[in-house]
Amino acid sequence: MAELMNIHIQGGRVIDPANNIDRVEDLYVANGNIIASGDAPDGFTADKIIDATNQIVCPGLVDLSARMREPGQEYKATLKSECAAAIAGGITTSCCPPDTTPIIDTPAMANMLTHRGREIGLTHILPLGALTNALGGKTLSDMHALHRAGCVAFSNANHAITNTMVMRRAMEYASSFDLLLILHANDPWLSDNGCMHEGEISTRLGLAGIPEAAETVIVARDLALIEQTGVRAHFARLSSARSVDLIVQARKRGLKVTADVAIHHLHLTEYDVSDFNTLCRVIPPLRSERDRDHLRTAVEQGDIQAICSDHQPHERDAKLAAFSEAEPGISGLETLLPLGLKLVHEGVMDLNTLVTRLSSGPAALLGIKAGSLSAGCLADICIFDPHEEWLLDSAKLLSKGHNTPFKHWPLKGRVNTTLLAGNIVYSRV
Amino acid sequence: MRQHLQYTDNGKLRHFLSIEGLKKETLQQILSTADKFTQFGQRDIKKLPLLRGHTVVNLFFENSSRTRTTFEIAAKRLSADVINLNPGTSSTSKGETLLDTVNILEAMHTDLFVIRHAKSGVAELIARHVPDHVHIINAGDGQHAHPTQAMLDMFTIRQYKSTFNELRVAIVGDILHSRVARSQIHALNTLGVHEIRVVAPNSLLPSQIERLGVHAYNDLQQGLEGVDVVMMLRLQKERMQNAYIPSEQEYFNLYGLTTESLAAAAEDAIIMHPGPINRGLEISSVVADGPRSVILPQVTNGIAVRMAVMAMVLGGEGNG
Amino acid sequence: MTKKIDVDVSVLLDKLVTDLTPLLAINPVIIGIHTGGSWLAEILHQRLAINEPCGSLDISFYRDDFSRIGLNPEVKASDIPQDISDRHILLIDDVLQTGRTIRAAMNEIFDYGRPASIHLCVLVERNGHELPIQADYCGMTLDLRPDQQIKLTGPEKLSLMVGDLAAGDNQS
Repeated sequence: MAELMNIHIQGGRVIDPANNIDRVEDLYVANGNIIASGDAPDGFTADKIIDATNQIVCPGLVDLSARMREPGQEYKATLKSECAAAIAGGITTSCCPPDTTPIIDTPAMANMLTHRGREIGLTHILPLGALTNALGGKTLSDMHALHRAGCVAFSNANHAITNTMVMRRAMEYASSFDLLLILHANDPWLSDNGCMHEGEISTRLGLAGIPEAAETVIVARDLALIEQTGVRAHFARLSSARSVDLIVQARKRGLKVTADVAIHHLHLTEYDVSDFNTLCRVIPPLRSERDRDHLRTAVEQGDIQAICSDHQPHERDAKLAAFSEAEPGISGLETLLPLGLKLVHEGVMDLNTLVTRLSSGPAALLGIKAGSLSAGCLADICIFDPHEEWLLDSAKLLSKGHNTPFKHWPLKGRVNTTLLAGNIVYSRV
Repeated sequence: MRQHLQYTDNGKLRHFLSIEGLKKETLQQILSTADKFTQFGQRDIKKLPLLRGHTVVNLFFENSSRTRTTFEIAAKRLSADVINLNPGTSSTSKGETLLDTVNILEAMHTDLFVIRHAKSGVAELIARHVPDHVHIINAGDGQHAHPTQAMLDMFTIRQYKSTFNELRVAIVGDILHSRVARSQIHALNTLGVHEIRVVAPNSLLPSQIERLGVHAYNDLQQGLEGVDVVMMLRLQKERMQNAYIPSEQEYFNLYGLTTESLAAAAEDAIIMHPGPINRGLEISSVVADGPRSVILPQVTNGIAVRMAVMAMVLGGEGNG
Repeated sequence: MTKKIDVDVSVLLDKLVTDLTPLLAINPVIIGIHTGGSWLAEILHQRLAINEPCGSLDISFYRDDFSRIGLNPEVKASDIPQDISDRHILLIDDVLQTGRTIRAAMNEIFDYGRPASIHLCVLVERNGHELPIQADYCGMTLDLRPDQQIKLTGPEKLSLMVGDLAAGDNQS
């Protein structure tokens, strides 16, 4: 690891939602931390000056879900390649879902990932522990030990826990230790062998559909259990307007639930699948325009507290198949921020709100120290140019997965520099 | 997007993947060309030299001896060489992808593939990855499309009803799982029929089917009221197992085409079925074999229509 | 640019009727090739007072340039009303140039049966033969530049038009 430098970030527009800051000012980094803002502290001499004029300086992004494919699926991607992609996207904290091979249901696996993350030294890797052993939905995992080993939250990934009694017990147990549950709402019987949103397009294409009820049925079920057990819970990757409404109502009743959405659900809809485009095969599926618009409003208003990449890199063959046989997922680390900025440019939300949803919002719901530029915080910083126009060329992505439907999209806004714990780990200039 | 894929830049038909995306003129040209080919079918020498030197590969990943046979006859009547391949699931178990199979065959100088597959979208996937001189005809992909079947159905309707404009057509049965129904709906709409009705219980109707330009009915009587063409669909027996409908008996009682239920239709209504027929399930034998059934002519017409599609797709661009 | 040439088609037809009359002895079946040949065949059929119906051929499906130019969207049906096995055929077309149309027509006729003989009658035979095919009866011969084309227009007022070949035009 490089020697820690004194860094002076000069002239950038600092957006730090955790501290309600949005102004042009300088930042000072030393010993891996942010030590001051505005005027230089006494005796500070910079080893490096970063000219951030006309750029935004914000906390390094906190991504609630990035599948780095290691261990187990290194033919798709590796921690090394994906961490490099993450920092190119300004992401300094990445949560790894538990569905690696082997599954993160032992402290050894959690330790291994954290250790590997530190070894690579590009982004903080936070493992998410399996909620049930082998993600099987039958017996509880060693949640407490996993937590001690670094798991910040617990999830059953996309493996539905259909036994409501098991879900109840998992919630009760987790709540004993104030552990956070990340829930993926999906009813496997209603989803059946569906591969896209059930609606006009699935009818035209003759593809089995996943009805909206497959999500809302479980959101409603889990909300009832959350209310019963008092567990801290977070709904991952909402796809439908109806789910948002259910969660908003629950929060009004005092339930402490949060939710996130994947960035692609804020841009794409079922119409993007119209030509059997496997790059738009995702779980949960892209739904109607009405759903997308409602999700956008919910993000803007704070009913959804975080936007994540839901990064799922794939090798070429995974997408070169019949739609129903193609593997779901989009490679999304490097497009998270630019696509978020597109929403700002389209007037869906303002820049501060976007930065909140990408940094302080996810950090707060996870309960971790990140997403902030306060003095004393670890210097995880993202510096980006909000105006630079560029065309996405999927072949040039740093991620090993080039599976993105956003190729050839004109984008505006690009990361120039990323700092991790006071080290410049990514620089485009 | 699909329109662009099926046509060359000069507007000539390059692939035949789905009715959706095809212009009315193209459908009409298929019908009139098939007409000419029908006449040659009455000669002793049924062959025409049109596709001599061309190789047609029937790539049937999903089995169907009936459809494959008609494509084979059609190709041979145009003097093409025909190869039949049934990769089935054996290729995929060897780890060979769909495109690998196509690449290998294409290296053997095949210019036309007739493809049938159990998954929707496969014909289109392959069409996007073949070089310019290779053509694809979709012989049925999953639940998405079966365009040659729809065309032979249109051809048959035209034989008995001459114009499309005033026709009321009812499609009865498992619309949800039917690629034939989807293609028929697109063809009927493009050719400008007066009204299309789909008749089925809600569990067999696809989501938002009315957006495709049809009226949905749950009641067979009402659905058949005054229609000129009744198109029956085959019901797979496993639908009972998967809780789509209760029993064969109930289905036949409510949706089976019998002399009684047929009475609601126009007096000269014709009855069609893509085959194979489940006698006593979707249609009674009396009706299937009766005077208004055109099920057998459908089969004969299948050859001429497939000849027409092959000829249009393989012919050069020229000015002709 | 096309122009009508100063030849009276009816004069040519008179000549053909005279020349063809002896052939009536072998009871020929008249078959015209679409489109111009069919018009001529109808006229000759009537003027020669033949009882049996006149046949017509559309050679679109027998052309040798299908790979280049594709299907003719205006293809008409071929119609040979009788069994032509062992019959003498009088094949009629408007212009004979390369000979490919006649070859295609003969191929098609042989798919209907085995004729005893085929006699070819054309209104105009011109230079530009590419195959060893010539007319047995012809109204007139003509030499044109390779970039020129001659067409029979009709069916109302039959007349011969000479024009410059447009790029890609097909020659019969």
